[in-house]
Amino acid sequence: MGKTIAEKILGKKSRTDARAGDIVVASVDLAFVQDTTGPLAVREYEKAGFGELANKDRSVLFLDHAAPSPNRQLSTDHISLRRFAEKTGCILSDVGQGVCHQIVAESLAKPGDIIVGADSHTVTAGGLGAFATGMGSSDIAVAFALGRTWFRVPESIKVIVNGKFQKGVYAKDLILHLIGMIGADGATYKALEFSGDTIDNMPVHDRLTIANMAVEAGAKVGLFAADDITRDYMIKQGRGGDYQPVSADADAVYEKVIEIDASAIEPMVSKPHTVDNTASASELKGTKIQQVFIGTCTNGRLDDLEVAASILKGRKRHPKTRLLIAPASKAVLLEAMAAGYIQALIEAGGIILPPGCAACLGLHQGALGDGEKCLSTANRNFKGRMGNPEAFIYLASPATAAASAISGEITDPREVF
Amino acid sequence: MLKGKAFRFGDSISTDHIVPGRLAHLRSNLPELARHVLEDADPTFAGRVKPGDFVVGGSNFGLGSSREHAPLVIKMSGVSAVLAKSVARIFFRNAINLGLPVLICDTDKINDGDELEVDLKKGTIKDTTNGSQLTFSPIPPAMLSILEEGGLMPYIKKHGDFKL
Repeated sequence: MGKTIAEKILGKKSRTDARAGDIVVASVDLAFVQDTTGPLAVREYEKAGFGELANKDRSVLFLDHAAPSPNRQLSTDHISLRRFAEKTGCILSDVGQGVCHQIVAESLAKPGDIIVGADSHTVTAGGLGAFATGMGSSDIAVAFALGRTWFRVPESIKVIVNGKFQKGVYAKDLILHLIGMIGADGATYKALEFSGDTIDNMPVHDRLTIANMAVEAGAKVGLFAADDITRDYMIKQGRGGDYQPVSADADAVYEKVIEIDASAIEPMVSKPHTVDNTASASELKGTKIQQVFIGTCTNGRLDDLEVAASILKGRKRHPKTRLLIAPASKAVLLEAMAAGYIQALIEAGGIILPPGCAACLGLHQGALGDGEKCLSTANRNFKGRMGNPEAFIYLASPATAAASAISGEITDPREVF
Repeated sequence: MLKGKAFRFGDSISTDHIVPGRLAHLRSNLPELARHVLEDADPTFAGRVKPGDFVVGGSNFGLGSSREHAPLVIKMSGVSAVLAKSVARIFFRNAINLGLPVLICDTDKINDGDELEVDLKKGTIKDTTNGSQLTFSPIPPAMLSILEEGGLMPYIKKHGDFKL
């Protein structure tokens, strides 16, 4: 009997047969925390008296959520993380480098890896064929110390996507469509494994967007095969040697198979206050928005900024709609500058935020006022998420966000092409 | 036997309801952070909850972020267990890692303010206000072995590794 991608990776890393439902203890290839979960992990690590890190070159502290820090408490948390890095010799990704998941994709994740992070969107690296999942601070403290952790091998749901997207429809619309279909708990404890000709031809940045939101359906991981497209991406990142193919067996056993026709998907929007509360952008036409936010680990990559800039170039944001853009990493910012995207976005009335998580979780920058509505390219629209429980968040693709910034209301991007 | 009052919450209580990102600056000041527990779901909860009480949710309790601070502040408020129809994966693992039981049962029968008696060994929940008897799904053995040690850190201290 064949194996799913999840069973294969967990089997190899635990040196067991690893079938769905099994409990395994597996070696960890990369473990990380960020600046809002890291201080607790570091305190637990030190309290437990763990000595050296199991693998200091594969343990990372990211300062990205409060970057740069808006207050003394978080600045002091940053000090504790920098000290821990100095003491243990682990990797520190300091303020300004960018969002952990983007940097993991750019420079650290390898196909076939097990990656655990104290951040739920650790699943992003599934787009490169890594078994990547989020855990809490204590779990990561133990993974730092032991270099291994335990898993229940998940059952897998196979999502087969065939067909070509209509113009104006993107990977973000596909994942919002899927979550709307199966619900925010439609894949709880499961692996989502993506395949089909749409996926086979999909660039890595789009795979990362989809994998990133697997957790919004409750999934433990969102997995893609590592193929020639993955290999080319890794060569471009200067680490072609890290590539290895990863795929499921043809006779792997799935709990469920979901088939999606990509050509039938429209530009989608998640309405407040849950991600599975979806509608098409055209259905929400006329919904006035006071802020547009383009960025995050979901849609803050170069290609996302390119789409937004192509729509906004030579146009202006609506005078009553603020436009915030946070490139996902320093590398993305530099490339977007060189390509002229940043110039176009600023000329359209956009404000460029430093690379980081910033507005997405309401920690600082771009907090919403009472009753305000924001259209965001992020992954979560929970009540209170952007700093105010009296505000409303809608989620969409960068194209829908850019089109809506111009009109000041939710707009199907196909109207502006 | 755990005894206390039920604080009823609805479906899809996210970690942002429990401990929102705008309070990230309090995460190294846990007693202060705990004063805001579940603030965006019920701002009066933190002032009313008593040691031993229960947080009773609907489906997909604890969805969202991996922030361990969410079950941590619930535990710090004195809550003896979280009851829900279903629970998000990371919240479940985090709660067990902290020694906070999460019990999956049909919470529709429990009303806000009901007095509950929970027998963790027998797997039963008695609502002494309306007389109903519930059972909860057994906690998976691997998680139970961590819970029985009081959480992940005591478990690792005792065993030195995962012996699941």
